[in-house]
Amino acid sequence: MSAIPLHPLTPNSNLARLPRRTGGVQSFPNAEPAWIRWSLIAVSLAFLASFLFVPLTAVFWEAFRKGAAVYWASFQDPDARSAIRLTLLTAMIAVPLNLVFGVAAAWAIAKFDFPGKSVLITLIDLPFAVSPVVSGLIYVLLFGAQGWWGPWLAAHNIRIIFATPGIVLATIFVTFPFVARELIPLMQSQGTEEEQAAIVLGANGWQTFFRVTLPNIRWGLLYGVILCNARAMGEFGAVSVVSGHVRGLTNTMPLHIEILYNEYQFAAAFAVASLLAMLALITLAAKTAVTWKSRGPLEDHANHNSTGDAHEH
Amino acid sequence: MGTTLPVHAEKEITLLNVSYDPTRELYQEFNAAFAKHWLEKTGQKVAINQSHGGSSKQARSVIDGLEADVVTLALAYDVDAIHEKAGLLPKDWQKRLPQNSSPYISTVAFLVRKGNPKKIKDWDDLVKPGISVISPNPKTSGVARWNYLAAWGYALRKHGNDEAKAKDFVTRFYKNVPVLDSGARGATTTFIERGIGDVLVNWENEILLAGKKEGAARFDIVVPSISILTEPTVSLVDKVANRRGTRAVAQAYLEYLYSEEGQEIAARNYYRPRLESAAVKYARQFPKIDLFTIDEVFGGWQKAQKTHFNDGGIFDQIYIK
Amino acid sequence: MRFFAPKNNVLPGFRLAMGFTLFYLSLIVLIPVAAIFIKTAAAGWSQFWQTATSPRVVASYRLSFGVSALAALANGVFGLLAAWVLVRYEFIGKRMVDALVDLPFALPTAVAGISLTTVYAETGWIGQWLKPLGVKVAFTPLGVLVALTFIGLPFVVRTVQPVLQDLDREVEDAAASLGANRWQTFYRVIFPALWPAALTGATLAFARAVGEYGSVIFISGNMPMRTEITPLLIVTKLEQYDYAGATAIAVVMLVASFSLLLLINLLQWWSAHRGT
Repeated sequence: MSAIPLHPLTPNSNLARLPRRTGGVQSFPNAEPAWIRWSLIAVSLAFLASFLFVPLTAVFWEAFRKGAAVYWASFQDPDARSAIRLTLLTAMIAVPLNLVFGVAAAWAIAKFDFPGKSVLITLIDLPFAVSPVVSGLIYVLLFGAQGWWGPWLAAHNIRIIFATPGIVLATIFVTFPFVARELIPLMQSQGTEEEQAAIVLGANGWQTFFRVTLPNIRWGLLYGVILCNARAMGEFGAVSVVSGHVRGLTNTMPLHIEILYNEYQFAAAFAVASLLAMLALITLAAKTAVTWKSRGPLEDHANHNSTGDAHEH
Repeated sequence: MGTTLPVHAEKEITLLNVSYDPTRELYQEFNAAFAKHWLEKTGQKVAINQSHGGSSKQARSVIDGLEADVVTLALAYDVDAIHEKAGLLPKDWQKRLPQNSSPYISTVAFLVRKGNPKKIKDWDDLVKPGISVISPNPKTSGVARWNYLAAWGYALRKHGNDEAKAKDFVTRFYKNVPVLDSGARGATTTFIERGIGDVLVNWENEILLAGKKEGAARFDIVVPSISILTEPTVSLVDKVANRRGTRAVAQAYLEYLYSEEGQEIAARNYYRPRLESAAVKYARQFPKIDLFTIDEVFGGWQKAQKTHFNDGGIFDQIYIK
Repeated sequence: MRFFAPKNNVLPGFRLAMGFTLFYLSLIVLIPVAAIFIKTAAAGWSQFWQTATSPRVVASYRLSFGVSALAALANGVFGLLAAWVLVRYEFIGKRMVDALVDLPFALPTAVAGISLTTVYAETGWIGQWLKPLGVKVAFTPLGVLVALTFIGLPFVVRTVQPVLQDLDREVEDAAASLGANRWQTFYRVIFPALWPAALTGATLAFARAVGEYGSVIFISGNMPMRTEITPLLIVTKLEQYDYAGATAIAVVMLVASFSLLLLINLLQWWSAHRGT
């Protein structure tokens, strides 16, 4: 999530482009002995297994424990469908807005110098570190019936919280930094030479952006969007505060899972959870594809740090 | 930006019932029955939307603008809060419907593991060393407050109204609680699914329901010698219903809870009915138990809340020494 | 904003981009966050201080910040290790493992909480093996640690990985040819290059962990003074209709988060300019 390239120690050092990720261990005289290598692999896999694989497997295990019929039935429920619809709608509004913002912010921050940059970057990062509970609370303070604008909104019959707009707002807040913080370090590392050249050659600003900048940042952009989307669909804490939990109307998928869980419908709860987990897995697969792709054609492009940056969070 | 998702057709009236956690099954059944009744009586279609959660959280949502036509909450204190903080209903709301606006009642009972291996019979057994008691967090859960007050009331009666002894009793009670779940349902899940604790203290209706769902094979129900009469309360949210033009149907909805059918539905979902005929019909389901009320022992919810549960109250003193 | 006008920069669009950035930032972040501060200020300093320093709240800071620090440390150590293994070694299924590291970002927190509790409760898959060893995870501070480690897991791995990939192996070879053993090479050459990234990752994991709610409440047990996290206290205050109290604690958390993030950004600025 850093806004400044995280590997400043070897800035643009292309000497480092020695064989990597190619099982290169054996080709180096100073590699660790095999037993150290394997114990390190074992320890880190054990760590990742107990924290990642086992809980993930548990989700699917519990989902299918009562059989595939119960699993599919969980999605036939109208409340489940409306939760899925609301979740998709929310993501469809929140993600594009944050996408536009991310590009604008990255353009301003990465391509220009101005005082107070660190503070601005920190403010953009802020929603990421704010407790989800607090993110929900702030919208209640603003739009709640007892909040700043509550009476005015009520008088004009406009509903924000406990309705779709509030859920969308909370989601936008929570996913606010994702695209921006993916793009800022990437665009910083790319510098401004190509754009300047385009301008000097007579292109206007938009042409420069679409023909020069965008192709350079597309993978980072896509990666940011993927993560932003995953978070938008999965957010629980903040949305829970502003949703009102009206079934069929203001429940998102994570809230629906909580409801099912509270109704002792564990299999159904985990079934919907598995849908979100599946989404997470697809997201990760897409992300891997993106990083893999960006490693290919862009490798010889002006920027050599894109692979690294695409990995950053 | 101004409206919720248009899910329902225009002709249909919709009501929103904002309720607490364990009433999910009750209102699922009751809503269908009322919709049928209302259609037969007036020819009007009504759809009732439900929202469930911790009682205080739900009350707060209504205060902050969740447009509930009716609230059906775990305790009168939370409905009072809607009057105090938002003025959405009148101060004397509890006098508007029969029996303190409490159409069904319940109490606090125990669920133990099959065969009652720890020999838990009454409140005294819960404070013995080495007993693990599951009871939710009084700060966030309605029933947890009833649990606390039931234990306190028991100790008062046993020790001749000695407040210090009661405080000591409740302190020992919470020493035996390893997990403070945020709500009634969480506590039940902890006890049943996670296998934690020797005894679950919870709503009687919740315990009877869990006993049924999980099969009598794994658990036994234990009824203490005395307990508290818990009165979940219902009220119209006047300002919302007036604005939405739903007052008549909302009022009828609540009144229907007192009807024979409403009372039977409550009884079927393990709430003790108020109506004599339903009480007789389902008598086998509800063990006889000596019940005291919050008004008798604690002087009402406002006082009980202030003394025991507010920040710095006796519950906090138990944990902060 | 013209006085910002960057030197030697012919690129257009600064005012448009900056204007939109500030507008959107204000709308979504600054104004809402300001609401918290104003609400707290309205209640007065003494009430703020009283709420923010009451014993139960202080105990929750200790837990939230303490366990988050431990989780960040665990992620620092294991994340470094995992990054090393993923970059330097080959083994079957490596790509899959690599992809799965991001799972905590993508998995909804409530799902994470429920499944971690399922796995680590005394009857769970892992919990039942820990029970005979006398280790209780669910409903103890250890459970909080597990949840917070889970949600912070990707940070260190993902910040260290690119640095490790770009690390010049010739330096290692040089060190080796000068007679350094493998441990000395790691300690003197590799580690100094990695630690700023590891520290950044750990700090991010920490910042995220402090505010985490959804996954923790399922597994923590929520015992006052022992396993009650700060965000839960905010919720608790709200349930008691104590808005001022809730915002007071929220202010403390906000200031802590902001300071931490600023620290990271300054740290990186420092590490970027150190060499030049």
